[in-house]
Amino acid sequence: MSDQREQRAGRGGALHPLAELTRVRLLEFRREPEALFWVFVFPVLLAVALGIAFREKPPAPYQVGVTDPAVAERLADAEALEVEPVGLGEGLDALSRGRFDVVIEGGVGSEVPPGDGPPVRYHYDPMRPESRAGQLAADRALQRAFGRSDPVPTGLDPVVVAGSRYIDFLIPGIIGMNLMGSSLWGIGFSIVVARTRKLLKRFAATPMHRSHYLLSYVLSRLLFLVLEVAAVAGLGWWIFGVAIHGSLAAVLVVTVASALAFAGLGLFLAARPETIEAVSGWMNLVMLPQWLLSGSFFSYERFPEAVWPFIRALPLTATNDALRAVYRGEPLLAGIGPEVAILVAWGVVSLALAVRRFRWQ
Amino acid sequence: MEGTSLQTGHADGITQRPQPAARCEGLVKRYPGADGGVVAVAGLDLEVRRGECFGLLGPNGAGKTTTVEILEGLTVPDEGLVEVLGRRWGTGHDREIRQQLGIQLQETQLADKLTVAETVRLFRSFYERGPSVDEVIALARLVDKRSARVGKLSGGQKQRLALACALASDPDLLFLDEPTTGLDPQARLHVWEVVEEFLGRGGTVVLTTHYMEEAARLCHRIAIIDHGRRIALGSPEELVAGLDAEQILEVRAVGPSENALAAARLAALPGVTGADAHESRGWMIRVRDVAAALPAVLAELDRSGARLEHLATHQATLEDVFVHLTGRGLRDE
Repeated sequence: MSDQREQRAGRGGALHPLAELTRVRLLEFRREPEALFWVFVFPVLLAVALGIAFREKPPAPYQVGVTDPAVAERLADAEALEVEPVGLGEGLDALSRGRFDVVIEGGVGSEVPPGDGPPVRYHYDPMRPESRAGQLAADRALQRAFGRSDPVPTGLDPVVVAGSRYIDFLIPGIIGMNLMGSSLWGIGFSIVVARTRKLLKRFAATPMHRSHYLLSYVLSRLLFLVLEVAAVAGLGWWIFGVAIHGSLAAVLVVTVASALAFAGLGLFLAARPETIEAVSGWMNLVMLPQWLLSGSFFSYERFPEAVWPFIRALPLTATNDALRAVYRGEPLLAGIGPEVAILVAWGVVSLALAVRRFRWQ
Repeated sequence: MEGTSLQTGHADGITQRPQPAARCEGLVKRYPGADGGVVAVAGLDLEVRRGECFGLLGPNGAGKTTTVEILEGLTVPDEGLVEVLGRRWGTGHDREIRQQLGIQLQETQLADKLTVAETVRLFRSFYERGPSVDEVIALARLVDKRSARVGKLSGGQKQRLALACALASDPDLLFLDEPTTGLDPQARLHVWEVVEEFLGRGGTVVLTTHYMEEAARLCHRIAIIDHGRRIALGSPEELVAGLDAEQILEVRAVGPSENALAAARLAALPGVTGADAHESRGWMIRVRDVAAALPAVLAELDRSGARLEHLATHQATLEDVFVHLTGRGLRDE
């Protein structure tokens, strides 16, 4: 029968199976508009929303209530004070609600208040820092307005530390969170869907090397994650001026190590479940603690020091710490070496377990 | 294997019988579960010859799919011997065997987001030899759907794509598990044509089906399977000839004395070779001479006092073979 059929060696126009499997992953992902939204648009929206909520504002002026109209007039142009004439009772009430930082009672040239005290009294809350500072600022402005001059001329020199804003902390955290989320969801759903559609069984019936199938997920993740990181980091720099002070090579190293860790974890979680619900549950179980603990939105140093070593062993913590080190421009090996080692260990161990546990039908 | 040399017809000194494309002996597969589980395959012997289309015909749950998946190396049997293309699964040759097989599974849903060409190309990449991607698409008659997304294909087109993926290896042996279930007659015909072309090129096919038309059209030999056992084997013509009847007379009668009708009495009527009572269809009377049988059957009905409700005749088919052997229809639940 073979003489009737054209026997041809080679792959008939197809590439190596690993290349074809990876290509198919990329094509499928590109044709899933929702996936594109969650991976590329959502993290940027999140960064923008949080960035706006925590944006740097000029220091707010102290709110000062003044009972004497003459004093109010003198203080009207005072620096860093917002002055409002008010009755005493009403003023004290507003002070207790935090509406005023300080209330100035009495004034110069008015009737002497009851008792023998000074003519001007400050009502403030010593337990509130802005109330204390407001009282000092109001007193200085009042004394100057009535003629005090400073014996020693002084100047101000405010310090601005690069990368110390909240958004500088946030952007690497969002990149890390996104690396984890898109890897786990992307791989977990895709594999479980293929299993429920009996596609995995069909692949198992071909001579395809089973490791090629799993590796294609790792490879396609690597390619996508580079794009994802570039998208979020680029927008962070463009919108908020969050600059990477380290080398791009270091960013790439962290991204690749992180992609390996999370792709391995995703494959491990997707190795057995037969329904989307089951795999979602497992993925949430893995991701939720890391969202809370791994310092995406706030530093894990707020947790007791005893648990830091455990938190640092989590892949998302390692990703976040390494990304922040790269953003700060710390030297490559010393800065991110331990974190990259943790990520590679997660990747290798979970991949090995995934290959052993994987169910094709 | 006594008598093997008797079956070789070659004068060139070959004394071995040609190696079968696939065979199994004493195949048993149990699925654990409550009440001792289910025996899906209960001691099955089959031999598929090279170049033939071998059909496994039987109702749902007969064990056809389990049998085929054992032959495909996807399921490990509890007992029995399996040989595919001269080799056994699990002896270090699995990948070589798979290189020579084409497999279409029941219920596989290929990725919706990929096009026909992308899907074929992926499957083609797994095999070391075979036709080009475009040739495979042409074999499955999907040329004008080449760039269509799988999700947009009709049921018949999806089945032909599954067939294309199976043909991408230029297989020696093609397994088709219910390839036309759920398709309309036109789509079914297209699938049959693709399979017939493959057979025409000298390929071997193992096909499961519960459509007797499909088995009759495509298969050279058929094993009728019920409850995990082989209850008949032969060519479609042989199996039908085994009924010893040209026509089947379907008779359904109701009445207080319906039970007075008896198989033995019916079988003794002139022109009748046998009769089976069938749960839902009434009597299936095997008839060699309709002209002689019909008046006799009606007279017998009259005698029994039953009232005739339905009477029809049809050419004897594989379905009748199954009904005769099991008392049930192929598609009865």
